Amino acid sequence: MSKQELEKVAANGLINRRHLLGLGLAGMGTVASTSLLGADAGLNLEIPGWSKTPGANASGYGSRSRFTDDMQRMAGNPNPLYPGGGASRSPLHQLQGSITPNSLHFERHHAGIPDIDPAQHKLVIHGLVRQPLVFSYEDLLRYPMVSKIYFLECSGNSGSLFGPNPADGSAQSLHGLVSGAEWTGIPLSTLLDEAGVDSEARWINAVGADAASMGRSIPLNRAMDDVMLALFQNGEPVRPGQGYPMRLFVPGCEGNISVKWLTQIKLTREPTHFRDETSKYTDTRLDRKSQQFTFPMGTKSVITAPSGQMKLERQGIYQVTGIAWSGRGSIRRVEVSADGGRTWADAMIDSHQSEKALARFRIPWQWSGGDAVLQSRATDSQGNVQPTRTSLVTEKGNISTYHFHGIQSWAVNTAGDVANVYA
Amino acid sequence: MFTLKKFLTTAAASVSLTIGLSAVIQAQSLGTAINESQLQGFDLIAQPDGSGYPQGSGTAMQGKAIFERRCVACHGMNGEGTNANTRLVGGDMQSEERPIRTVGSYWPHASTLFDYVQRAMPADAPKSLTSSEVYQVIAYILNMNGIVEDSLVLNKETLLQVEMPNKDGFIDSSQAL
Ligand code: HEC
Repeated sequence: MSKQELEKVAANGLINRRHLLGLGLAGMGTVASTSLLGADAGLNLEIPGWSKTPGANASGYGSRSRFTDDMQRMAGNPNPLYPGGGASRSPLHQLQGSITPNSLHFERHHAGIPDIDPAQHKLVIHGLVRQPLVFSYEDLLRYPMVSKIYFLECSGNSGSLFGPNPADGSAQSLHGLVSGAEWTGIPLSTLLDEAGVDSEARWINAVGADAASMGRSIPLNRAMDDVMLALFQNGEPVRPGQGYPMRLFVPGCEGNISVKWLTQIKLTREPTHFRDETSKYTDTRLDRKSQQFTFPMGTKSVITAPSGQMKLERQGIYQVTGIAWSGRGSIRRVEVSADGGRTWADAMIDSHQSEKALARFRIPWQWSGGDAVLQSRATDSQGNVQPTRTSLVTEKGNISTYHFHGIQSWAVNTAGDVANVYA
Repeated sequence: MFTLKKFLTTAAASVSLTIGLSAVIQAQSLGTAINESQLQGFDLIAQPDGSGYPQGSGTAMQGKAIFERRCVACHGMNGEGTNANTRLVGGDMQSEERPIRTVGSYWPHASTLFDYVQRAMPADAPKSLTSSEVYQVIAYILNMNGIVEDSLVLNKETLLQVEMPNKDGFIDSSQAL
């Protein structure tokens, strides 16, 4: 295919997305200049060694190729002054599709991961109910369950972009506190109905069994809606780092309210005002008033490749790809710009586009060796459009650094280095 | 994880559920009935209205001794913190350009201090303080912030009367779409 045949859809090299299929060799982050798409004269194909000897046996528990061992979450160092506190970030720049493998799903813990024996674990529902109840894990496995694909994002994800200067970071280090999975569990309303909600009750107070006994208050109307008691993640029991044997899951909302290791739900008239819904996870505005219980995550997208700290080795065609999500609906549209937001082209959205789930987008881009600024802009099914960083920071200030969902800019310089910039 | 036998029972249960027995299951309830008195010691929730405040009491001066033994390694001798996350004293929501937000300057309810210290602190041995020790050590944190007097005996009645400087600083956004 010659350069002339590629239909330009926005300035600085963005190409009609229908060329994606025809350019199958242009994989994520790899170069396929027009000359490389043709035959390489120096290459002699031979039958490789692994085709000549029987391979490994089937195994009880699978593991990935040793050639992909470099795909790791990015976790902070243990801090004796904050035992068990910290986060690990998903390697967004290496992942594809819209489901995060459980072993690479981001984590955020406030007092480490408890080692819970499900036979000893209890879930108590009490307070303003007709009949307080306690459930064992075995009891809960007998309930009718639902399976749904949802994103989960930490409220503090991308928080450094509130800062005055752009941090030198990657898609993983800057935005890796978001992941996507299929969650299976019991609609919380089933269990609350069984306990019999008192007409005075307005809030549920959810508490985990970790050493911090993490607590969050959630309005009852929300708890009776799409909230689930999640027992399985991507088909297997929820992993310890995600709340084994059970966690709350509140779709579309800041991750912290999906309380892990859930052991207590108390129904009350008023919220508890737990430390993690007053001191933390609150948003102080420029007028010094602070918003509390700001649950939904904003309409957002991020280009995962090419992305920060990558290097484009050669000119030619790249597949720009990333993820988009919204706490208020599904993703209706993702636009991509290669000139810092002056011109935009629609990317192809490649997923089921379900509510409150990650959507994968892709668009081909021809890099001709010049300066470029790659951006993506998501629009959700409610018509919410992802704001620029400048408008978000102007509106919210930067006293608080939660709920960043502005547009990310990746600058590509003439050497091919990709870096986080404010544009 | 699962034994095969357990798994089969579970699978059988879900098969029967899908053919319409969920109504039966709901009616007969799989949860076990308990009463609130069985949850003393388990339910640590302390709310601004005074619910969940246990017996026990003490003063800031008693709390100082506990603080210096159990808290200073991470929170500093005067609650100045060892990083931004562990600062417990100071700040001003109105005068500072980027206000330092602490228990003293930011927290709207004193109940949160009781609730949090009881459930999560000291971080290296959570839930190791008695209720009286929690009253005492939080009296000291409030005292360092100039919120309560040296002489105050903090207990379930007096905690209810503590007014936090930023008590009107929050907006409930829980019903925002
Ligand atoms: C081993 C270190 C350590 C010790 C000892 C410790 N803390 Fe903490 N404390 C922390 C950390 C870390 C945090 C922040 C936790 C988080 O963000 O999840 C914290 C948070 C707090 C907070 C909330 C601060 C805020 O503004 O949100 C209070 C209050 C507190 N600690 C009180 C105490 C008291 C009282 C003691 C002694 C009885 C104590 N801590 C002992 C490490 C410690």
